[in-house]
Amino acid sequence: MKLLVLIPAYNEEGAIGGVVEEVRGVMPGTPVLVVDDCSKDATIHRARQAGARVLALPYHLGLGGCVQAGYRLAYERGFDYVIRVDGDGQHDPRDIPKILEALQKERCEMVIGSRFVDGAGEHTSAFRGLAILFFRAVLRPILGKPVRDPTSGFVGVNRTALDVFSRTFPLEYPEIEALVVLQRRRFRFVEIPCRMRPRKAGRSTITAVKSLYYMVHVLLGVFVNVLKFEGRRK
Amino acid sequence: MDRMLDVMAIFSLLLAALVLLSVRRAHIRVEYSVSWLAAAVALLVLSRWRNLVSRIPAWLGVSDAALAMLIASGAVFMIVLFRLSMIISHLKDSNIALIQKVAILEFNMDSLHEKDQAAGQD
Repeated sequence: MKLLVLIPAYNEEGAIGGVVEEVRGVMPGTPVLVVDDCSKDATIHRARQAGARVLALPYHLGLGGCVQAGYRLAYERGFDYVIRVDGDGQHDPRDIPKILEALQKERCEMVIGSRFVDGAGEHTSAFRGLAILFFRAVLRPILGKPVRDPTSGFVGVNRTALDVFSRTFPLEYPEIEALVVLQRRRFRFVEIPCRMRPRKAGRSTITAVKSLYYMVHVLLGVFVNVLKFEGRRK
Repeated sequence: MDRMLDVMAIFSLLLAALVLLSVRRAHIRVEYSVSWLAAAVALLVLSRWRNLVSRIPAWLGVSDAALAMLIASGAVFMIVLFRLSMIISHLKDSNIALIQKVAILEFNMDSLHEKDQAAGQD
């Protein structure tokens, strides 16, 4: 069983070293790949110093393009599972074994680390909370089942999902659209409780100014994916 | 009305000349100049075909011929701009795939280099 921990990062020099060290402490021997989205600071240096391998993108692609690059590399290198952890320290690496266990036991294509399933922390901003409520309602009829934390970036995927995501992955704000991409192929996902912490450093990519754009963009992306003919094939 | 159509004809000729000059200087690739040349020709035909111009307001349900011409010209340019958006989207997808490929190739080269160095030390 080959597992890769994937950490997308953009200007995360303040947090990335700690995140990589924590992951390596929890999962000794598991390769850690930081995908640097053309950071302007010392993210690459800090990640390497902490013991991660770095996939350095020569131009800034945004979160979706950055994560997809990691998925592509993982697929080409034959990894069976990839667990994505954010580079800002919000995800607790101690939950990685739980996600891996769920991927293996549930035999589903994707496991979402959710802050809203019983027993988990609920650290989130007011806007994000509203967006989550809105997209829960939008996604419920599309997915055919409830999803409690559709914006969570703490996700694990198996090789089947990796194959799909290495070819088709939303470019901006990918988490919600990725769920629809999977659903169109009749793939399954489960949510498990995970802890979320305040970010260690840096700022969120979703600022107040971008909030409305975020809602419209993601909503449009969801419906475009629903309408895609290609997506209806198994 | 006649003056407006003359101005439109001159504008369309200028547009066609500008596009051809840009193609000649390699500022625009031939395949992307086609839309603009088609738009220039469409405007020229509209401005010279008086019978058509007199019928367009009735087809569009407007009384003012100038407004009808504006709507027709706007539609032509909307089509050109839409085609450009499609081209830009395709180019963006290609760029993303290339950037990812370059990064993965560099990663693989670094890995091979490290393996070589490790083998050399042994």
